[in-house]
Amino acid sequence: MTTRITTLYLPIDTTALSMGADEVAKAIEFQTTANQQAVKIIRNGSRGLFFLEPMLEVETAQGRVAYGPVSIDDVESLLAQGMLNGAPSHPLYLGLTESIPYLAKQQRLTFQRAGIIDPLSIESYIKHQGFNGLSNALTLLAQGRQSIVDEIKASGLRGRGGAAFPTGIKWQTVLDAKVSSPEQKKYIVCNADEGDSGTFSDRLLMEADPFSLLEGMIIAGLAVGATQGYIYLRSEYPQAHKILEQAVALAYQHQYLGDNIQGSDQNFDIEVRLGAGAYICGEETALLESLEGKRGLVRAKPPLPAIEGLFGQPTIVNNVISLATVPTILAKGAQYYQDYGVGRSRGTLAFQLAGNIKQGGLVELAFGTSLAEIVNDFGAGTYTGKPMKAIQVGGPLGAYLPEQQWHTPLDYEAFSAIGAVLGHGGIVVFDHSVSMTEQARFAMEFCAVESCGKCTPCRIGSTRGVEVIDKMLAAHQQGQATTQAELNTLLVDLCDTMEDGSLCAMGGMTPNPVNSVLNHFADDFITDQPSKHVETLLKASAKEQH
Amino acid sequence: MITHSKTQSLEQTLSAIVEQKKELPGALLPILHDIQHHCGYIPQIALTIISKALKQTEAEIYGVISFYAHFHLEPQGKHTIEICRGEACQSMGSMALEQAIKSKLNIDFGQTTPDKNFTLEPVYCLGNCACSPSIKVGDKTYGQMTSEKFSSLSEQLSLYKISLGEEH
Repeated sequence: MTTRITTLYLPIDTTALSMGADEVAKAIEFQTTANQQAVKIIRNGSRGLFFLEPMLEVETAQGRVAYGPVSIDDVESLLAQGMLNGAPSHPLYLGLTESIPYLAKQQRLTFQRAGIIDPLSIESYIKHQGFNGLSNALTLLAQGRQSIVDEIKASGLRGRGGAAFPTGIKWQTVLDAKVSSPEQKKYIVCNADEGDSGTFSDRLLMEADPFSLLEGMIIAGLAVGATQGYIYLRSEYPQAHKILEQAVALAYQHQYLGDNIQGSDQNFDIEVRLGAGAYICGEETALLESLEGKRGLVRAKPPLPAIEGLFGQPTIVNNVISLATVPTILAKGAQYYQDYGVGRSRGTLAFQLAGNIKQGGLVELAFGTSLAEIVNDFGAGTYTGKPMKAIQVGGPLGAYLPEQQWHTPLDYEAFSAIGAVLGHGGIVVFDHSVSMTEQARFAMEFCAVESCGKCTPCRIGSTRGVEVIDKMLAAHQQGQATTQAELNTLLVDLCDTMEDGSLCAMGGMTPNPVNSVLNHFADDFITDQPSKHVETLLKASAKEQH
Repeated sequence: MITHSKTQSLEQTLSAIVEQKKELPGALLPILHDIQHHCGYIPQIALTIISKALKQTEAEIYGVISFYAHFHLEPQGKHTIEICRGEACQSMGSMALEQAIKSKLNIDFGQTTPDKNFTLEPVYCLGNCACSPSIKVGDKTYGQMTSEKFSSLSEQLSLYKISLGEEH
């Protein structure tokens, strides 16, 4: 008797695991063995439809059919109702994966392979156009490194870490810069210290398609003549660490890393380095200090890292998504990428829908869609079902946007025009139960916790910010309106000082969320008393600071 | 009580870890990670060993250790529980969850339960923001955490301790 082996896919990314994917995999193995059903479970990366995780897919003649979110209690009924044949009767049936509207409506360029391939199968990566960009880059190299840099410049790609600096110009600077002595070298550093709350696109990319990041780094090395790469990964991402380490080892085995890459006479090495729980190390100069084995203190700029970076040598520091987009640009051409987007924001951005949202996940779209479209069409409103009150875009240093700003198109310039930032594309939704006072206070508290301490406005200003808000709360409770108004002026002044006087974006942008609360939620600020449990926490943290 | 021979073997182990990594450019963080991975924390004696190998002062090394939230100079509980304090988790009630966990374990951040089973730490984002609120125990992240789910999880983690007996 011959049995047909059914191929199943179940993700191994952090979110799927956090929702029980390993337990589901065990239950499937156990029950199919008991039923004598032949299955092979491929642990893929996630498609980023996190509200459906763990999302189980089954290979059928029509394509992959999805079920989700699957818990261990669903496995028996799924098997009984013909899941292995892609049967539609089960309540968790989602149809063909590619036709799920949340996915079908996206423009997946950087995340083209996410969730489709086994992240640790180099064969699968190659089968899905992997290393096409590298192969084109090696061809371009015959005309000189400049031709690779020109391609990145023409694509209009800007740094996806948040600062949106043109990637091609950064590469040009490193290409033109000289090492300080012949035994020194240039470096490619990948900033994988994704610390912004509400963001997970770097993590998803590294866990779903790590070879695309490695390929991007190799191409960057060829473009500027660097032979050593480092991936600086935050220690909060143990799963990404595990996958990256294995991917790097596989890339060496298959001669995509090391000496004489694919017989090209070119060399490139990559080492994964772990951070150690410091948000500030996402700032590029603090990151370089940390890589050098020091405290993550921000460096004054200039000199730019492109000229004097790691160990004082010319260094490209690029975000994960920027680097992982490079292979697509090299494979399909700058024009292909440039054709997406609006104005000076070219290509796509991987938006991350998070917080109090019904359908959270990764949404890769060309720039230009409005915030409202994303949170409503993709996000389907809040998780709690209550009306939305505020949306924080761009991480803890981003503004809280009130409803009248939700029509703003998602592009760098449009956000900058309203005093907000797009940052790394994190979108965190809050419902009406949120206390805006608490959020403004937390912005200051977070800065006090995570400040590197090098410059005064950030180090002291953040602590004073917390204190001023606490004093305002006390003044309000005691009905001292004049004192409260004076403190308000003081807070505005403090925000100005931090903005103008801080060495880096940590202190310089902490006023963003605070000012947005002062400007757009003025009626709520101080008057919307933080909830009881929060008050307890506020008191406790105030005690710690004294 | 740590016997003399055990002290020696700890020293030897630490020296071996340091030897293995000391030639790396910017070796200090990789060394500290390896030591903490091996010991669960960074023992005082490690500072002396690293200091000699990297030709840096102990004060410099202490400065680096104390800068990073991930490194600990004191032994931690068997399970380190990290509660995410990021905004996405806040929007899903993490502040209430944080208080529930603190009162369930009867410890605050930075503290260890008297039975040495749990250490509680804050963390600023686990990158699991679409399934908030999240906590992490060791290397495993748990999404959509509630105080009820935490109660059964902490019981499981305590049972495990009893069934295996106190290690070390």
